[in-house]
Amino acid sequence: MNDEKVKMRTQDPKVRNKNFEEVELGYTKEEALKEASRCLHCKVPRCVEGCPVNIMIPDFIAAIKENNIKKAYEIISESSSLPAICGRVCPQEKQCESKCVKGLKGDAISIGSLERYVADEAMKNDFVANIKVPKNNKKVAIVGSGPAGLSCAGELAKKGFSVTIYEVLHKAGGVLSYGIPEFRLPKSIVENQIKSLKKLGVTIRTNIPIGNALTIKELQKEYDAVFIGTGAGLPKFMGIEGEDASGVFSANEILTRINLMKSYKEESKTPIKKPKKAYVIGGGNVAMDAVRSLKRLGADAHIMYRRSEEELPARKMEAEHAKEEGIKFDLLQNPVKIITDEANNVTGMEVVDMELKEAGEDGRRSVEEKKGSNHIVDCDMVVMALGTGPNHEALKDSNIVLTDKNLIEVKDSKTSLDNVFAGGDAVTGAATVILAMEAGKKAAKEIINLFS
Amino acid sequence: MYKVIKNEKINPNTYLMEIEAPEVIKNALPGQFVILMGKEDSERIPLTIYDTDKEKNILSVIYQVIGASTEELSTIKKDIFAVTGPLGKPNEICKNPEEYKKRKIVYVAGGVGVAPVYPQVKYLKERGFDIDVIYGAREKDLLIIQDKLEAVSKNVYYVTDDGSFGEKGFVTNVLEANHDKYDLCVAIGPLIMMKNVAAVTKKYNIQTIVSMNPLMVDGSGMCGACRCEIEGKPKFACIDGPEFDGHKVNYDLAMKRMNIYKEEEKQKWEQMKKELGTK
Repeated sequence: MNDEKVKMRTQDPKVRNKNFEEVELGYTKEEALKEASRCLHCKVPRCVEGCPVNIMIPDFIAAIKENNIKKAYEIISESSSLPAICGRVCPQEKQCESKCVKGLKGDAISIGSLERYVADEAMKNDFVANIKVPKNNKKVAIVGSGPAGLSCAGELAKKGFSVTIYEVLHKAGGVLSYGIPEFRLPKSIVENQIKSLKKLGVTIRTNIPIGNALTIKELQKEYDAVFIGTGAGLPKFMGIEGEDASGVFSANEILTRINLMKSYKEESKTPIKKPKKAYVIGGGNVAMDAVRSLKRLGADAHIMYRRSEEELPARKMEAEHAKEEGIKFDLLQNPVKIITDEANNVTGMEVVDMELKEAGEDGRRSVEEKKGSNHIVDCDMVVMALGTGPNHEALKDSNIVLTDKNLIEVKDSKTSLDNVFAGGDAVTGAATVILAMEAGKKAAKEIINLFS
Repeated sequence: MYKVIKNEKINPNTYLMEIEAPEVIKNALPGQFVILMGKEDSERIPLTIYDTDKEKNILSVIYQVIGASTEELSTIKKDIFAVTGPLGKPNEICKNPEEYKKRKIVYVAGGVGVAPVYPQVKYLKERGFDIDVIYGAREKDLLIIQDKLEAVSKNVYYVTDDGSFGEKGFVTNVLEANHDKYDLCVAIGPLIMMKNVAAVTKKYNIQTIVSMNPLMVDGSGMCGACRCEIEGKPKFACIDGPEFDGHKVNYDLAMKRMNIYKEEEKQKWEQMKKELGTK
């Protein structure tokens, strides 16, 4: 029985680890048809439940089978505003694809790859989801143009709201623009998705730091509702000796320099350090993005993670891609000190071995230092990818209620302030693009209910 | 795009730029900064606000040409790609002037540090403060905005390294000689000057505020490039500052961190000069 999925072609690892072009090449029409034909169209499609925004997956796959890609695109667009992005960066293996019946005995349907195929075709052929709605004369301000804000804006615009998104950076997209690298999510795709939101009538105002230039209070006066999707942007550091050295960076800084400021290009005006040997500390998706970027700058690039491969929080595929590209994984190790020279440059790290213990109540195995295992590794760059905390600059003087974890407190997307909603990482702490999009969509529903 | 009203040379390597930016200046207070991008592919340049004209919606900054990006900025004529701000916390005295009414305040400005000093002194003058300013520069030709500064200050003490104008020596000499007149000092200028001023004021137990100007990328708390060590702990100049207690700053570390991209910056400057020269 031929029940293997159609694998997506990728750039040769030895070639791609020297360029910033997209790793995964997408399906051809034949590949998409072949993969779509594997779908059983279950009567009770569990994949739809597995999708945070509940895309009608079997229906769009059926449209692919009919070779009606425009229809497939319209079906997806009913539920998702950013399919070209989700098709690329969603952890489908934990969501829709994990529920696929086919996955019980073989490979699940590659729903993400099919979604990407439809979205890319839509872009190529300039399909516009056929949605025309009369304006309802309600104005909504959205703070932050990351995935939460964009999806909230898309939903509201489709229902006739006048939406203005405020963004502090010079480019919209939030983590999609500054964080996720070109080789995983080409910026032209992000720009295109944002363009389609603008076609729906959404206004995007860049360079405006809410909290300083305009306060939430002022937005409340000017708009009928406000949605806060400011994300979790504040980088964490370990608090170990030597962390202020000139060769120690947050993953955010490295990624922002590379993705937003394009410093991997020779002609870029923003500088970047090109390390000989770099350690990225952490095991999440951001760590993978950072380490793979450094590899592309020519470094001997390592991940250092205190747990084992089993516990890596990154998507499996990202870790696999990283390995193929020649990234080394130094597992069950943790730095305790960064070693510097007179000029404050990094020359190495003091590292300890770690031991896994039994799983705690949260199901996660704790780790302990192996006493006396301290040793030195050489390197000239250390990048901290330890996660990020909420950045509440936008909330200044707003008296909004926060939780004991310093996140925005919400009930049904509503904050403590009148007609102010919130969602995404600012509410949950650092999570994924699709969860932020789901939160944006949910909040949009609440806002729509408020005015209907 | 934002409209550039003026971008003119005011001394051998310093420029004054005026930009129409109503939203940036609407809620801005002295001590805050902006980020400029000359063109779409430019570096993001943080600059402390020099002046605001809220009637004409004009933001003014003063900058020195010290590398590729400021070199490029000096060639901008009609429009500038991006102006973001205000960023950072306002100066503590300007934010709560009533609390500082009884304090004897001196401002110390070094080099182009006089640009961010001016709006604070002006703001406080408008609220009834009489403030002395010690203004130091390498030589007479480098002094800027003297008329404007004198108009808002009680006394301006000039100091030049070579004695070509005012007293010969350093700002710290004047501060030392007049220390008993003050109980609060705001110092803005090169790191080494702020370090030396803080050493003097520490000796005489004079509370001191300094404004840090480290390397920065986004300016909104996202990258951590601007981290400074304050009382042994890392703080982000962009959102926790840029002003800090002058007696708690690790200046030596800050000086080293200024040099992170020294080699790269040198190269980029050469590249830029070529680019601008051939155009």
